[in-house]
Amino acid sequence: MDHARREKRQRGIWPELRARPLTLASGVFIFAVAAAGFLAPVISPYSAGGLEEAQILRAPSWAHWMGTDALGRDVFTRVLYGARVSLTVGIGTALIGLLVGTSYGLVSGYFGRALDSAMMRFVDVFYGLPDLVLFILLSLVFGRTVGGVLVALGLVTWVRFARVARGQVLQAKQMAYVEGARAAGAGSMRILLRHILPNIFAPIGVTLTFSIPAAILMESTLSFIGLGINDPYSAWGVSWGTLTQDGWRAMRSYPHVMLFPAAAIFLTILAFNSLGNSLRDWLDPKTANRFRGKAG
Amino acid sequence: MHRFLAGRLAQALGVLWLVATLTFVLLRLVPGGPFDRERRLPPEVLANIAAKYRLDEPLPAQYLRYLSGLVRGDLGLSYRYVDRTVNAIVAETLPVSALLGGCAFLLALAVALLVGLFAGARPDTWADRLFLFVATLGISLPNFILGALLAWLFSLRLGWLPSGSWGAPADLVLPAITLGAAPAAYLSHLLRATLIENLGADFIRTARAKGLSEGAVLLKHALRNSLIPVLTVCGPLAAALVTGSFVVEYVFAVPGMGRFYISAVTDRDYPVIMGVTIVYTALLVLANLVVDLVYAVVDPRIKIADGPR
Repeated sequence: MDHARREKRQRGIWPELRARPLTLASGVFIFAVAAAGFLAPVISPYSAGGLEEAQILRAPSWAHWMGTDALGRDVFTRVLYGARVSLTVGIGTALIGLLVGTSYGLVSGYFGRALDSAMMRFVDVFYGLPDLVLFILLSLVFGRTVGGVLVALGLVTWVRFARVARGQVLQAKQMAYVEGARAAGAGSMRILLRHILPNIFAPIGVTLTFSIPAAILMESTLSFIGLGINDPYSAWGVSWGTLTQDGWRAMRSYPHVMLFPAAAIFLTILAFNSLGNSLRDWLDPKTANRFRGKAG
Repeated sequence: MHRFLAGRLAQALGVLWLVATLTFVLLRLVPGGPFDRERRLPPEVLANIAAKYRLDEPLPAQYLRYLSGLVRGDLGLSYRYVDRTVNAIVAETLPVSALLGGCAFLLALAVALLVGLFAGARPDTWADRLFLFVATLGISLPNFILGALLAWLFSLRLGWLPSGSWGAPADLVLPAITLGAAPAAYLSHLLRATLIENLGADFIRTARAKGLSEGAVLLKHALRNSLIPVLTVCGPLAAALVTGSFVVEYVFAVPGMGRFYISAVTDRDYPVIMGVTIVYTALLVLANLVVDLVYAVVDPRIKIADGPR
């Protein structure tokens, strides 16, 4: 680690954040969405499934901030509960992918040779299929509940982590510090977990940040085309994708039913992407220059 | 060259075989069958259905039959459309999806070349910042939202363009824009970044020192070298177009393969699901193969005798 970077680390993250208001705003937005989902019953006087026959398809008003849908349900309340589903799926999937994929990639890259090529052929199969196709097939197997979708999406996402981790280990293996550790008598497990893993965590962290919006996008896309989470009696709310799909049917005359959940999806994905970009720039100044246009 | 080609082909066939196997296994793991209805069918009828589709055979035999069908290019019979083979369905819907995907791809490429060149030639100006901002928004906007908004604005509100019909050239406009938007944002972002990098390189200074005009430097020297990274992402881009086509065909009611795939999943029409999955995989594998080959031709520094990557 060069001097400038170490100094940057020591100053901590606050000066960086103050210089990047967009990143700060993204972080605050995500925190607010998470809090809103968590506190949904406190924030909203309506229940998620509460029908009001007299209040069908009302435009946004003081009583119903985002209006009501075709069954007289409060759209704001539904969006609040939807945040639970979307964030759980996004973050949960990314964590599953992180655990499974990183350990897979570590083992594959570290032990190399025949094991590595066998393990990577398996990864190629998952890569051969478009993510959404694989997700659809897996969600048929694991069911259209929040848990089933988590597992299915996790199985789509892990491949990305496996590739990143393997590539990093292949590089790290050549480094003097690994040789030093081995000379000092450290075993494979110790070298992998105590020496290599901490040194390759930056690119894996970036992958993690970008996996969350990717998962939210895939889940909401699948829900929109009617193949996503379909579990109306669970304690969970309905996914933002399903809400958008509901609203789309009434789009011609009542665009508000679709616009609010759609905006929730878009802004959340945007916020995570913007966090990911900042994290990548912060951890790797080289790509920062590449993407910000200050060549050299 | 020949050894490289043969190796890549073998690898591609291997991936196809593994994907076929994975799909077969996954669909057998799905709880419940395609013939489970609200009203239970009499056992005799079920037995007849099973015999017709050879579901009464042991699994390994079914697997082998399926594989040998694939080798002969036979994707089997649809469960849902009793009188149609999967081949017929693919033959009917694939050209529609290919036309839509091709238009979206060309659109993305044209936009990327224009906008990427424009922004990349003047980094850190207001035009460049505006472009970066719009591109970031474009990458984060899910295509089902974009499609629904475009359909609402241009079709329902303004009535300028049709949506939900298929046949006339005008029907292509909104679906192609929806499908091409994210690839356009992504490609122009990439082109801009590599262009900026290349414009700082030594060979550009040499070209300028030779007295070439700025236009010639940009188009002949910088752009040409910047196209190589753009080429490498064309494989993943094909995947994005395939995935996007599901949503776009759903939103605009385009009678393509993606929409058929969605209804096959809803109907649990396993032969169609398997067949279309294989076709998608074959297309992607082919796209990657072509990209690898073109890559080797465009950039002579890459020795293709060395094997993949």
